[in-house]
Amino acid sequence: MSTAIELRAVEKNFGITSVIRNVSLTVAQGERHALIGPNGAGKSTLFNLISGYMVPSTGSILLRDEVVSGLPPYQINRRGLSRSFQVTNVFANMSVWENLRCAVLWAAGYRYTFWKNIDSLPEVRERTARILSDINLTARRDVPAGLLTYAEQRALEIGITVAGGANVILLDEPTAGMSHAETERAVELIRRLTEGCTLLIVEHDMSVVFGLADRISVLVYGQIIASGTPEEIRGNPKVREAYLGEEVA
Amino acid sequence: MTETTSSAAPPAPAAAEKLKFYGLWIAAAIVLLLLPKMFSSGGSLTTFSLIGISIIFALSYNILLGQTGMLSFGHAVYYGLGGFLVIHAINIIGANKLPIPLPLVPLIGGVTGLLFAVLLGWVSTQRSGTAFAMISLGVAELIASSALILRTFFGGEAGISANRTKVFRLFDWSFGPQIQIYYLVAAWTLLAVIAMYALTRTPLGRMCNAVRDNPERVQFVGYDPHVVRYLAFCFSGFFAGIAGALAAINFEIANSAYLGAVQSGTVLFAAYIGGIGFFIGPIVGAIFVTFLSLGLSDLTQVWQLYFGLIFIAVVLFAPGGITGLLMMHRPLLKAGTFGRVLPSYLIAFVPTLAMLVGLILATEIIVFHAVHSGDDSHIKAFGVPFDAANRYLWALSAVLLIGGYWLARKTWTRVGHAWDEATGSAREKGAVA
Repeated sequence: MSTAIELRAVEKNFGITSVIRNVSLTVAQGERHALIGPNGAGKSTLFNLISGYMVPSTGSILLRDEVVSGLPPYQINRRGLSRSFQVTNVFANMSVWENLRCAVLWAAGYRYTFWKNIDSLPEVRERTARILSDINLTARRDVPAGLLTYAEQRALEIGITVAGGANVILLDEPTAGMSHAETERAVELIRRLTEGCTLLIVEHDMSVVFGLADRISVLVYGQIIASGTPEEIRGNPKVREAYLGEEVA
Repeated sequence: MTETTSSAAPPAPAAAEKLKFYGLWIAAAIVLLLLPKMFSSGGSLTTFSLIGISIIFALSYNILLGQTGMLSFGHAVYYGLGGFLVIHAINIIGANKLPIPLPLVPLIGGVTGLLFAVLLGWVSTQRSGTAFAMISLGVAELIASSALILRTFFGGEAGISANRTKVFRLFDWSFGPQIQIYYLVAAWTLLAVIAMYALTRTPLGRMCNAVRDNPERVQFVGYDPHVVRYLAFCFSGFFAGIAGALAAINFEIANSAYLGAVQSGTVLFAAYIGGIGFFIGPIVGAIFVTFLSLGLSDLTQVWQLYFGLIFIAVVLFAPGGITGLLMMHRPLLKAGTFGRVLPSYLIAFVPTLAMLVGLILATEIIVFHAVHSGDDSHIKAFGVPFDAANRYLWALSAVLLIGGYWLARKTWTRVGHAWDEATGSAREKGAVA
């Protein structure tokens, strides 16, 4: 199997504080990989590094065997990597429909087009409509994103992330703050929408992690202390001590 | 599958709606054609021409502020440079007998605005927010002060002038009479408004809105927010240049005031007072501000002060501008619950008016004693003669101001209650999302 994401000895320092220390990680194409770890372990920072929001202090990041560290986020996105945010990050004054359509445009090849009417692009319309019905927000199509309920905003967040058709998807705590029932629906949605994609997911809910992931990596104090299948992680004494012990027991 | 997706998409506009849409533009064109028939005096034709120019300029400004979220303090740069280049162009065309008719000359202004935006915009659009605002201010000061230094091009204090009738003529239109200038401005206004409206409905136009709402997220859907801002800036410069060109053609002169901070401020006022959240907002604002500046200056010496007060009031109480205020009432009108707020408006109107009269009276009295204290105290403001030395009037203005304010506050609270009730029942009827 070829690799989708590869991190080679990545470090990130803010001043003298090192947040990510010598992290090496490989995610195979089509794999669902979960990243777990206590608060402040550097999970979101790692996402920011992979998605181009931050540049690693040392080391390199590869997307399908091409170095992407140092590229701006939009270039990494154009190479087929898309991410969601832990804190909902949508276009608040625009309708749900407009939000999704903006996420579709680049991938549909319309870029900075200013000579075509946006309403007369059938493939954009088709794709936007498909995502809209996939995330079950059809009834809320014309509502400004800022007025959606929390769970709806989270669904939209995922919708925007997958709308461009990227095949490497990074989801940052997609079920954070959701009720049990909402979480179940969200997991179902994620499973369906990322069918055939490589998925890297940060998650605190262990039932989500163990239910969804093929492999799990555990990040503690900016270091990956273990990486393996759910069973291996469950049985790993280091992990139990550092992290799972206090949460699962 | 296809069925679910097609039902998820917004319905294609019905034939009636399309007709309404195109009908609106045709109606606008007819109104523009007929306006001079109804108001044929030279003064009103000049006013209409100024309004048209102001509409283009304000809409071009809103490409930045309302559409893309960039607050510029120096938009007059592109307006002014367009104007200057056009004056030079008219002189060159006239002197060399080039076959370029006057109706095409505004395009020269547009291209000038575009070129300078292309040149100056790349750096300033790196960031939005404060950084962009500061750079726009700096560039504006730089260009405005060089207008006074580079005399050969800008003509110094006096500016440069041209004779528009010396340009190559088409169909024997000399463009001497104001009516011909009116039609020239009207045609360009209609064209520019249509073009700028169309721009909002393109992929770039929508990404401008996305950059305004959340430039960070835009980066993660494949777009470089800097490029989006830059392109918006270039379009904005182009249309500002056209507005400046029309102004130069109208006045047959361009001077440093075209480039100055006052011009940049006025366009910000017009766009904001009209409402930056709506496409039509800056049009409303341009009309309002042009009438106001022409009308108020006849009525009172300190018209700019009132102008500023209106701006402050809009920023504080109606951030959506005039258009925002009107649009707020649409769901109520649709649901038929507008009648419930109307009485409270009428009640609130009386003390508010009293307060405003008190404010104006106090302002005029203070201005008289501060500025013209030695003169005859019988003055006239807003067409009303009164004695600024009359102590009873001082007391009256204080009573009106304070009493009016006190009562107005109470009545506006009532408006708020009536408003909540009316929107509540409108929501029940499904008129509000």
